[in-house]
Amino acid sequence: MTSGSGATWAMIASIVVTATAGDVLTASAMRKIGDLDIIRARSGLPGAIRAVVGSGRFLAGVLCMAISFFALLFALNHADLSLIAPASASLTFVSNAFAAKLFLKENVDRRRVLAAVCVCIGVALLAH
Amino acid sequence: MTFRRYLVLAMVTLTASLGDTFLSVGARQLGPISLAHVGQLFHAIFNPWIAGGIVLLIGFFASYLTALSWADLTYVLPASSLGYVVIALLSKFWLHEQLSLYRWLGIAFITAGVGFVTRGPALTEHPASPETAPEAEAAQ
Repeated sequence: MTSGSGATWAMIASIVVTATAGDVLTASAMRKIGDLDIIRARSGLPGAIRAVVGSGRFLAGVLCMAISFFALLFALNHADLSLIAPASASLTFVSNAFAAKLFLKENVDRRRVLAAVCVCIGVALLAH
Repeated sequence: MTFRRYLVLAMVTLTASLGDTFLSVGARQLGPISLAHVGQLFHAIFNPWIAGGIVLLIGFFASYLTALSWADLTYVLPASSLGYVVIALLSKFWLHEQLSLYRWLGIAFITAGVGFVTRGPALTEHPASPETAPEAEAAQ
């Protein structure tokens, strides 16, 4: 398979969609659970693990990440790491910024937009 | 941001990039897998490189979750994106892939982006919500 074919980009798209869903669900779960350092200090590592694993939103996020992982493994089997990793990462980066503002109500200010643009350009250049 | 939290972000960066590189080495050893035999992907777990990659990615996940518990997603992702630089360097020096001038430029852009985001606040302050604390309290 050539590195820039439609099938390669379809594999990258499936990685991006599932990774974004996983990231947003997981971040939302962690926001709801609270600072893990504080939970671990109060109730130890088992308490922190219980708090995380007991969250349905976290488990849904992990399911999306698992699908994304196997999509990544499949893609790496067919194309170069130096294309798949940066391309899927840069697109996931953009979709995550939109999703974080929309669903997590994060303050995506000028500094974060600038950082996102820089990292996106950088990752795209890495794939060149 | 404390020094310990910067260490957690460094863990996110290093384990993710090393894990991806281990997976790539393992995937190349497996040879092509077609959509008709996609079940073979599950046997890939027993390849030592892929198993090592999975262990590193579990380390990544633990540190990533820790970071997300005290920082925004839009802070953690750019702050840990130095991992792509590490991947590029590993690709060149370990997997012997080509690292062109464009990729060096890419490394410079990513480093600048990381610099921008890490100089700002890590967390968006939201008004206290009634659904924020119950799970933390339940874990105590």
